[in-house]
Amino acid sequence: MRRKVLILVPYLWLLALFLIPFAIVFKISLSDTELAIPPYTPTLDLSDGWNGFKEFLSELDFENFEFLTTDDLYWKAYLSSLQIAVISTVLTLFVGYPIAYGMANAPDHWRPTLLMLVILPFWTSFLIRVYSWMGILSTEGYLNQLLLSIGVISEPLTILNTNIAVYIGIVYTYLPFMILPIYSALERLDGSLLEAAEDLGCSRASAFWLVTVPLSKSGIIAGCFLVFIPALGEFVIPSLLGGSKTLMIGKVLFEEFFSNRDWPVASAVAVILLLILIIPIILFQRNEQKQREAEG
Amino acid sequence: MKNLFLTTAAAVAFGALAASAEEVRVYNWSDYIDEDLLEKFETETGIDLIYDVFDSNEVLETKMLAGGSGYDVVVPSGTFLQRQITAGAFQELDKSKLSNIGNMWDVIEELTAQYDPDNAYSINYMWGTTGLGVNVGKVREALGDDVALDSMELILNPANMEKLAECGVYFLDAPTEIVAIVLQYLGEDPDSKDPEVIAKTEEVLMAVRPYIKKFHSSEYINALANGDICAAIGWSGDVLQARDRAYEADNGVEIAYNAFAEGSAMWFDQMAIPADAPNPDGAHKFLNFIMDPQNMADASNYVYFANGNEASQPLLEDDVISDPAIYPTEETVKNLYTTTPYSAKVQRVVTRLWTKVKSGT
Repeated sequence: MRRKVLILVPYLWLLALFLIPFAIVFKISLSDTELAIPPYTPTLDLSDGWNGFKEFLSELDFENFEFLTTDDLYWKAYLSSLQIAVISTVLTLFVGYPIAYGMANAPDHWRPTLLMLVILPFWTSFLIRVYSWMGILSTEGYLNQLLLSIGVISEPLTILNTNIAVYIGIVYTYLPFMILPIYSALERLDGSLLEAAEDLGCSRASAFWLVTVPLSKSGIIAGCFLVFIPALGEFVIPSLLGGSKTLMIGKVLFEEFFSNRDWPVASAVAVILLLILIIPIILFQRNEQKQREAEG
Repeated sequence: MKNLFLTTAAAVAFGALAASAEEVRVYNWSDYIDEDLLEKFETETGIDLIYDVFDSNEVLETKMLAGGSGYDVVVPSGTFLQRQITAGAFQELDKSKLSNIGNMWDVIEELTAQYDPDNAYSINYMWGTTGLGVNVGKVREALGDDVALDSMELILNPANMEKLAECGVYFLDAPTEIVAIVLQYLGEDPDSKDPEVIAKTEEVLMAVRPYIKKFHSSEYINALANGDICAAIGWSGDVLQARDRAYEADNGVEIAYNAFAEGSAMWFDQMAIPADAPNPDGAHKFLNFIMDPQNMADASNYVYFANGNEASQPLLEDDVISDPAIYPTEETVKNLYTTTPYSAKVQRVVTRLWTKVKSGT
């Protein structure tokens, strides 16, 4: 009984904060736009009882999803978001892993301080941190001033308002989400395994690749998910740091919602985005489970 | 986590406490008022004024159509106002509460009545034109001393834009306005609702696209003033604020605003009260306060936009009322045009075109 109650908690959480909102968005994606408050029709009116509900259902259709296939803007935006999210996840992993590794191997009494330092940026508003990158990366910004003054470059670099700035912004913002899970995996790592590997003739480098990396796999996967998922739908970073050429689905969603006032199409875009995220995650977890069962 | 919970609880409790005093929430365009007026309203009425700003009609409209924005006074432009009235977003003004309504200027009221029949839902705050802001020195340096600073050729002819690209050109991120300008340039009806006619603007915009530094509806004020860019399609008063800021900074930048010689769009920013405003009474007080001649004159003297308040005109400073860039001469007025709202279908065509132009693909 107690166990059932305990399991109920995460399921209630899932229901209230994911499934119900998703059902609402999905419902709007099947509606039509209308100049009204709220700007779509039909809205659920239960005063007619069952008949009202049937009528409500009959007015829903998949038109908006069909519409998404008629314009190449949408799949181009999905693809370019995927590309940006994948590249930034890989970059974040390359930057984050050495940091986590260094932290896990630091003397015990340093670790709480190091951990604190990783979390420290969260004390400042995310928006302010992204804005300060605008000051660093702009043509007259600090980075260009520095590089010009030490003579590395003779012409200021154009970084702000390009995809490079978007990558920098995403890697910077999501780095702690990569470092923390990898660190916690590495911290649990049993040092004697590495000693055993070296005793058995492994070089330090191959012990790292054969022992450390596989044992921190769970941390790497968790970190990659934590970076990839929000990066895919990111809106703030591309709109502040990216140029008008940066095409991301978050920006398309914004345009549908704000410029076209088309909530149904915006919802359809969001539903597809969710499917793009959820299907691979489910497949991945299934695969993991199978592997675990095979091993067990 | 616990701390987070405590802060949230404290914020909620604090919010409840603050709500006990009467407050009016106003949502207006950025850089659009003399902030001393906000304080003056608070001291005169004892009402707390909460003043937020936006820089795009689209953002405001989304909030209005979602409902429950929590604002008591909002300031949409004419075409957007008209559509939101149709959607039922606003409440009719109770003119018995607006003792200053007689100060309004009938010339402007007649024009705004095309969006809001009988001006039943709104009062005019400011009006102006969409035209061309230039850094006179830099543009002459790039294009020669005898270049016309009021011609659409300057920013829609690729040959000119190529030369201006180096010093920087901004366009407003306001698709409906830019499309109207390009239609006028092509000799078409700027208010055309025909998707095929609207599509013609794409070619013109794509030809100059590589030379446009940024699409933005408020950053150009500072960019012009600092000398970071040399030309911008912008709103009259905004460019004049840039002129003023450059003058104050004494940085050698000379900014000029001109309505397009080919004809400019005239727009009206209207103050209206959302249907679900929490404090409509306070909102009326705010509107009445704004319609006071002295207050309206102070606002115009500060932001360099013309207003729809006739009684305020004797109180305007000479460089406002006599500046044809702010209060156009009758000659220019003949050249001005107004536009009407797009239907949802045509709006989608315009937005799609805009996305294409902005992304340059």
